[in-house]
Amino acid sequence: MTEEIIIAGFGGQGVLSMGKILAYSGVMQNKEVSWMPSYGPEMRGGTANVSVIISDERISSPIINQFDTAIILNQQSLDKFEASVKPGGYLIYDPNGITHEPTRKDINIYKIAATAKAQELGISKVFNMVVLGGFLKLKPIVDKQYIHEGLEHSLPQRHWNLIPQNEEAIEIGKGIIEAVQTL
Amino acid sequence: MARELKLMKGNEAIAQAMIASGTDGYFGYPITPQSEVMETLMAEKPWETTGMVVLQAESEVSSINMVYGGAATGKKVATSSSSPGISLMQEGLTYLAGAEIPCVIVNVMRGGPGLGTIQPSQSDYFQSVKGGGHGDYQLYTLAPASVQEMYDFVFDAWDIAFKYRNPVLILSDGAIGQCMEKLYTRDNIARWTEEERRQHAPWGTWGKPAARGHNIITSLELESARQEVFNHKLQAKYAEMKEKEVRYETINCEDADYIFVAYGSSSRIAMKAMQMAREKGIKVGLFRLITLFPFPTKQLAEVAKRVKGILCVEMSAGQMIEDVRLATECNVKTEHFGRFGGIIPTPTEVLEALENKIIK
Repeated sequence: MTEEIIIAGFGGQGVLSMGKILAYSGVMQNKEVSWMPSYGPEMRGGTANVSVIISDERISSPIINQFDTAIILNQQSLDKFEASVKPGGYLIYDPNGITHEPTRKDINIYKIAATAKAQELGISKVFNMVVLGGFLKLKPIVDKQYIHEGLEHSLPQRHWNLIPQNEEAIEIGKGIIEAVQTL
Repeated sequence: MARELKLMKGNEAIAQAMIASGTDGYFGYPITPQSEVMETLMAEKPWETTGMVVLQAESEVSSINMVYGGAATGKKVATSSSSPGISLMQEGLTYLAGAEIPCVIVNVMRGGPGLGTIQPSQSDYFQSVKGGGHGDYQLYTLAPASVQEMYDFVFDAWDIAFKYRNPVLILSDGAIGQCMEKLYTRDNIARWTEEERRQHAPWGTWGKPAARGHNIITSLELESARQEVFNHKLQAKYAEMKEKEVRYETINCEDADYIFVAYGSSSRIAMKAMQMAREKGIKVGLFRLITLFPFPTKQLAEVAKRVKGILCVEMSAGQMIEDVRLATECNVKTEHFGRFGGIIPTPTEVLEALENKIIK
């Protein structure tokens, strides 16, 4: 199993930390992992993205340009990465702020209204975990217990009291993701 | 820290390895994309645990000269920076090499020339292995290609530095520095006691016992005849490194028709391109340089005899390719592929370059 993922959105949406929690969960399940951010003169409101690879084998390049799954959280990222999903791959997007829907016919497309749901429930801080839950529903590549350990390793100990809220957000995400187009 | 499984950035791994390998001091000045080295050291506060000194200097010129002063006493002293900062350190580096001072320097390369960009690049190859500073000197140069190697090579660097009394350069780039991967940490090696330091560095300026003369650390010699003798000594040292300390890795080279030659993050991209090529039925191998000086000249020449073409992959305009062509004496078709200015080539581009520049 090798899963090559891009997570892309605005800075401040928790894109990098979502990738880190996923990668750390993979480490806990004894997978090979890499986490490669786009770093640069970036700022709040700018775009941020991270490539995460989780594999049973040695990872060759942490730098990749074709993805099994693209998790897209804004229009700029949709425009940039829709073409980079491998044929037959998955595109997951949050419709918040999306004016031009994805058009590819050779990929699976899923929608997750995580921004709206997190606002409705007053859990905007764990919005990214709602998105992660949606991904894990489609691609259960890491088991629940290891996500817990991944959260423990990614969050400083003083924030461990927030782990149950993060885990609930993951479950909420699993419940609200919906298919737009399946192959 | 004991042996543990962690997820961390390459830059953090450098800092953790410095603490774990018994480093006595670190002097540096912040610059992207390696600022996490000093940030991690400051957060870990090793001065409260191992007694290691961590200090932010006012410039890279200061940091390298602080390294010179500290390391002259036989202590394990290190610094890190990125390309423009390393350029500022060149005078210090040639003095350190000329005074035969062991120390460790880390360069997490970014795009140049000048201040350039803050994204990854590999355009400091010439600076690293063809001088940089003036005079006939060499830095033993290690090129890590993973977070684990960023960590492990700090330990290896101290062994080589003290074995040969020579500065060691760890030449990395922003991609490996910023990337997070799995890392197995090691048990801490304690910093040397005063007694151990005197054994490991009998040449150091740690105080003059009555039984021997002064230990003098300098790179100045006014007598040309003596300077020539000293130059022969340095060259003998570099020749011994070429004989004994060459490191490289070959993957799928046994049956390869074509090979990629690469180091650092480019070697990871080339490995992916190699896998893609093999899926298409093209027999491609990877020759990965681990030491850039000493260059694996003989070993590469041996592999090159059996292949039809070589593609050098480096994020530069083509620097390493000169040493590849020297090693193979231009007996094999050899071309370069790279991107500049902080653009990282994709595996697809590398494979296309192989098909267009070598196979066609």
